[in-house]
Amino acid sequence: MKEKIKFVQGNEACVEGALYAGCNFFAGYPITPSTEIAELLAARLPQSGGKFIQMEDEIASMCAIIGASLTGSKTMTATSGPGFSLKQEAIGYAIMAEIPCVIANVQRGGPSTGTPTHVSQGDVMQARWGTHGDHAIVAMTASNIQDVFEITIEAFNIAETFRTPVILLFDEVVGHMREKLVIPEKEKLQVIERLRTSVPPGTDYHPYFPRKDGRLPMSDFGGEHRYNVTGLFHDMWGFPTDKPEIVHNLMRHLVDKIENDPKHICKTKQYFLEDAKTVLVSYGASARTALEIVNYSRMRDRKVGLLELQTIWPFPKEIVSKICNQAERVIVVEMNMGQVLELVRANVKNPEKVYLCNRYDGNLVNIDDVKNVLRVVEGRGI
Amino acid sequence: MPVKDYIRKRFFPHIWCPGCGHGIVLGGMLGAIEELGLKKKDVVMVSGIGCSSRIVGYVDFHTLHTLHGRALAFATGVKFSRPELNVIVPMGDGDATAIGGNHFIHACRRNINMTAIVMNNRIYGMTGGQFSPLSGPGIYATTAPYSSIDYDFDIVELARGSGATFVARTTVYHVNEVKDYIKKAIQHKGFSVVEILSQCPTYFGRKNKLKDVNEMLEYFKNNTTPVGSQAKKDNPNLIERGIFVQIQKEEYCDKYLNVIEAASKEVKG
Repeated sequence: MKEKIKFVQGNEACVEGALYAGCNFFAGYPITPSTEIAELLAARLPQSGGKFIQMEDEIASMCAIIGASLTGSKTMTATSGPGFSLKQEAIGYAIMAEIPCVIANVQRGGPSTGTPTHVSQGDVMQARWGTHGDHAIVAMTASNIQDVFEITIEAFNIAETFRTPVILLFDEVVGHMREKLVIPEKEKLQVIERLRTSVPPGTDYHPYFPRKDGRLPMSDFGGEHRYNVTGLFHDMWGFPTDKPEIVHNLMRHLVDKIENDPKHICKTKQYFLEDAKTVLVSYGASARTALEIVNYSRMRDRKVGLLELQTIWPFPKEIVSKICNQAERVIVVEMNMGQVLELVRANVKNPEKVYLCNRYDGNLVNIDDVKNVLRVVEGRGI
Repeated sequence: MPVKDYIRKRFFPHIWCPGCGHGIVLGGMLGAIEELGLKKKDVVMVSGIGCSSRIVGYVDFHTLHTLHGRALAFATGVKFSRPELNVIVPMGDGDATAIGGNHFIHACRRNINMTAIVMNNRIYGMTGGQFSPLSGPGIYATTAPYSSIDYDFDIVELARGSGATFVARTTVYHVNEVKDYIKKAIQHKGFSVVEILSQCPTYFGRKNKLKDVNEMLEYFKNNTTPVGSQAKKDNPNLIERGIFVQIQKEEYCDKYLNVIEAASKEVKG
């Protein structure tokens, strides 16, 4: 396939990214503002023999993609706030059973039904702690259409590499705005396939015995190796156990495989940070506003830079800490009541110098919002 | 292949209480699979949570022990992704019709080629004896200490009304029927449901003053009758056993092939 240029909205860029990454199974349920992802995949997947199924609810959609992934398919679902809440139990299952899958959450305002057609970034903490119990999770985001495409491919790559669910934490503005998208020809961008076991048929295969590097080569359901998959703590055969040492080791494995590999997972974009006295930290649609302000400030010789987070979970602590500690002040620009603010404060030497510029009224944080905060914290009056 | 070759001996002894009826369902299920000559690698067994769901751990197929009530949703993903696999879904009564009720009726409606086996012992056993949507009024349970006021579902009618194309019911007393109906259900092209009345002496029996397992099995013998029999006309309180629905209707994965064909034309066009 040759390079293609399109003018698309974020949800469509996500679909293009998924297809580029080889997604061949989608299960979903209609919900604003993510529905276009389901609609487009309903049309596109069968064109290449892929499967689209509209399930009876959000929970069933999440369960279906896990089942399909076990048979070897690359799977995803898409949802928004209320649906994301409903999927949490099954997301925990995919974490425990180590099943690759991708969940796009195009965020809207919450709690509850909230503001279905308006923007929010209120699910940062839900992405982290939405399912019960200790665990690690990967959540990624993007602020423009090209990045939505590329981060979606990255989400599939990480899901397949680490055998984990990956959450795409988009927002309504990024999901619905339109920009140019360049879809590179096949193989230009790296697409990672899951490791499959090389244990020959008839030999004892241990589906849950990690290699030295923590990776677990899979065997597809329907293949030669038969094994048990469960949401209970399990031994190397996948059989339930509550032996303390096995529970302890599995918990460590599930968390360490994600938390100990920030180099492969933590992605950021950095603008004018070398000499920045004021560092803006932002992500998703609000990072667009922040970047506008950086350009505006630089034209006036004010040393403002932007650290845009593309990986939210695991939180890129080291990068945030290094960059923010060099600055005189930090402003977190986001569309919630300070969910990333607290994370930044927890990872810098002087938390009192980390300020918040936010909105949680359903509107995109705008240029004047950031300008006003910037003027105050830089001591240029109110 | 002898039935014992379908068992994962490594994981025995099983967790079921003495006198539990679920082992008879396991035996019938494996007997059916053996008679059909299915290859182990072609069978996926998906379960939810509860005593019944533990059945999958003991069998040497591709086995998926999922979340409470969600077995059919996971199974739909497996089947729709790889339609050539035989997908069998054993569930408990609470699992299938309470927390999993929505998935149950929609799997019936879709007519996707899988077999649901509802092991109905009218109680939540693993959590210690609470009433289920199949207990019915007048039953004692830990959450119905003054007896249950909840009406029960009739699984046969629920499955029929929801569009299942094969529906059967029997009891663990009728061992040969268990095997026979499961076999016919697996052979059926479309969504099949087999309800098997099973006994839980530990909770249902104890709470409801049924002295022992024999008495519970006697109950199945004396209170059921083949579907359409004269006995049912004489005594409408009897529970009917047999095949209630067996119709041919285009199956879901087959229908999706039409979608793929239409979509491919769109691309070429």
